[in-house]
Amino acid sequence: MQAAHDHAAHAHGHDAHAHHPSGIMRWVQTTNHKDIGTLYLIFSLTMFFIGGILAFGIRAELFQPGLQFWRPDFFNELTTMHGLIMVFGAIMPAFVGFANWQIPMMIGAPDMAFARMNNWSFWLLPPAALLLITSFFVPGGAPAAGWTIYAPLSTQMGPGMDLGIFALHIMGASSIMGSINIVTTILNMRAPGMTLMKMPLFVWTWLITAYLLIAVMPVLAGAITMVLTDRHFGTNFFNAAGGGDPVMFQHIFWFFGHPEVYIMILPAFGIVSQVIPAFARKPLFGYASMVYATSSIAILSFIVWAHHMFTTGMPAAGQLFFMFSTMLIAVPTGVKVFNWIATMWKGSMTFETPMLFAVGFILVFSMGGFTGLILAITPVDIQLQDTYYVVAHFHYVLVAGSLFAIFAGTYFWLPKWTGHMYDETLGKWHFWLSLVFFNVTFFPMHFLGLAGMPRRIPDYAMQFADFNMIASIGAFGFGLSQLLFVLGVVKCARGGGVKAPDKPWEGADTLEWTLSSPPPYHSFETPPVVK
Amino acid sequence: MMNQSARYFIPDPSRWPIFGSLALLSMAFGAALWMNEATWGKFLLIFGVCTLFYMMFGWFGSVAHESEGGSYNKQVDASFRGGMSGFIFSEVMFFAAFFGALFYMRVLSVPWLGDIEHKILWPDFIAQWPTAGPGVAERFTPMAAWGVPAINTLILLTSGVTVTIAHWGLLKNNRAQLIIGLALTIALGMTFLFLQAFEYHEAYTALNLKLTTGAYGSTFFMLTGFHGFHVTVGTLMLMVILGRSIAGHFTAEHHFGFEGVAWYWHFVDVVWLLLFILVYWL
Ligand SMILES: [Cu+2]
Repeated sequence: MQAAHDHAAHAHGHDAHAHHPSGIMRWVQTTNHKDIGTLYLIFSLTMFFIGGILAFGIRAELFQPGLQFWRPDFFNELTTMHGLIMVFGAIMPAFVGFANWQIPMMIGAPDMAFARMNNWSFWLLPPAALLLITSFFVPGGAPAAGWTIYAPLSTQMGPGMDLGIFALHIMGASSIMGSINIVTTILNMRAPGMTLMKMPLFVWTWLITAYLLIAVMPVLAGAITMVLTDRHFGTNFFNAAGGGDPVMFQHIFWFFGHPEVYIMILPAFGIVSQVIPAFARKPLFGYASMVYATSSIAILSFIVWAHHMFTTGMPAAGQLFFMFSTMLIAVPTGVKVFNWIATMWKGSMTFETPMLFAVGFILVFSMGGFTGLILAITPVDIQLQDTYYVVAHFHYVLVAGSLFAIFAGTYFWLPKWTGHMYDETLGKWHFWLSLVFFNVTFFPMHFLGLAGMPRRIPDYAMQFADFNMIASIGAFGFGLSQLLFVLGVVKCARGGGVKAPDKPWEGADTLEWTLSSPPPYHSFETPPVVK
Repeated sequence: MMNQSARYFIPDPSRWPIFGSLALLSMAFGAALWMNEATWGKFLLIFGVCTLFYMMFGWFGSVAHESEGGSYNKQVDASFRGGMSGFIFSEVMFFAAFFGALFYMRVLSVPWLGDIEHKILWPDFIAQWPTAGPGVAERFTPMAAWGVPAINTLILLTSGVTVTIAHWGLLKNNRAQLIIGLALTIALGMTFLFLQAFEYHEAYTALNLKLTTGAYGSTFFMLTGFHGFHVTVGTLMLMVILGRSIAGHFTAEHHFGFEGVAWYWHFVDVVWLLLFILVYWL
């Protein structure tokens, strides 16, 4: 053991020699929350475009009825991988990137609590992405069971499914470590005087999100481990002949899956709750009720999972319970929307790009919330299950919800991060094109779903042709509009545009605006005083 | 040397995480290849596991070095406590998924398979736990609770006491008590693992109880197997702590490394109690 200790000492000495490595090694070995936040955001943007290319493939095939480009099973790979990459590769890492950049600055800390583990949380993601993308090139192709990888489809597919399962395991480990880090940072590293109820709402929403992640990512790991052993080691978890049940997979999956949708929206609520007061030049209306609403949403998320399974079969009492508990979530969500609107009420508002995205978020996300409420009604859901109505619903909450909030947050904090103002005209173009094309893409899907078009099919009946063509045109436009976003971010990061003042937004009042733009390497070397 | 801010320790850039990522990447590709009949996948898997061990050796070595070097103040200590609690909570949820599967099969899916609708498909199936399911013809004997498993329960409960005795030794600066307590705990952990290996051997040879034995076999081996894996990891962790105790690490005031491992050991203990009641006994 003494030898081990010497070895460790030697290894440490080696580390010390490599003090602040430069070039690529700076990014590989970094323990700095801002570097790691940047890595997360770049990774997320890359995956967003890879997932977007898959969506292009889907919408190109659906542009007209009949089979144009892909074999039907490859189409299934496209929809599955589009979902997995966007959920685990684009949206979740983007929010963790925000958490890394913002939480230490907003609570007055020098860095994250576990700076080395923070590095690992990020550097697990590229291997996972590599596993996912490699699965396209193995015999049998990528996972094609939908992003929900329901058994028994997932227990039957080729080696691509194994790669997908391992990728999910690794991304799960990354999320759990990231969340433990975030919880510990928030609970243990706040500046003196920063009581819990003084924390910015973005910090609050991430605290709750991190708890959700620690609670449900291991459950997903368990579920996919059972799939793996059913596939290769002869267990019978999802095989009725052995006393198991494929429906059990759905229960375990959605016990993870429903909280997962809040994992992807609560940080978005947090961002919007920072942006709206800044541009309405009024403090957030109903701060405490926002905190309680977020907590209630998180708690309720554990008891509603079977609303994804109304058509799988369950006792009437179960249907009623899951229907009403799901509808209950509309109450705290309504509180939030009310508070955002009340914050804007009689404010002296200006509409810079972050505010445009935030207001757009409220309008379009609320639509997604309403269709969610409609889908919660069991008899309606039985009609609409697995139709394009569902596709419309969750793209309204995930694109117009999560993604728009990510854009709002990026434009909001980009001046802080880079020290330069983004191009306002470019930002406005990005917003309006995104908003219009988003609705052109997904609004017609409501009609398609109500008319009975099923999701996850490469071909469809003639009567769905017009709306599909409109949706495809919208999707191409939406995808191309995102290049404006890249252009805006790159221009800003390379130092174009006006130099940003420490506080470019008049109404912003959180701690990060007291730092220089860009902020110093270790955010708060000495803790700020919070009154 | 350190980027020691006024109040909090921030480690220097580190090369360990990327080794860990490389390890998991090799393990994932290796396991996937191996499971799909590419024999060389096994070597990639082994390479990954070795890299992971190398990484943990180096990483935890740095942590121990920094800790003994006095870099960690009270606030860092509190962070470690928060982090370890979060980790154990995540482990609880991982086991919850498998206990949930056990509950679902025993209470829901097996009774459904014996109901009137399924009589057409499987007329002879009697829905009774333990079962290998209606489609698995092989006979098996379930694992009895009051033999080796009961002894193992006693062993793990005793080990919970010995690790606490070691903690008391540390608190009153009695290094001998600390070392003996830890050594006893490790010995008990290893005995547990040995008995479990024996039990598995019995299951496969005498009882015809296998991983493939339907619902019962799946839940039995996956739950006890993951628990056994955790006992193995816990024992390794205790060995590291024992080595550090012998090397003179830890003081009565500053010993989170010890406490974290002790927490983990108690967690493994509690999971076993649930296993004993829900898998073996009831
Ligand atoms: Cu849901």
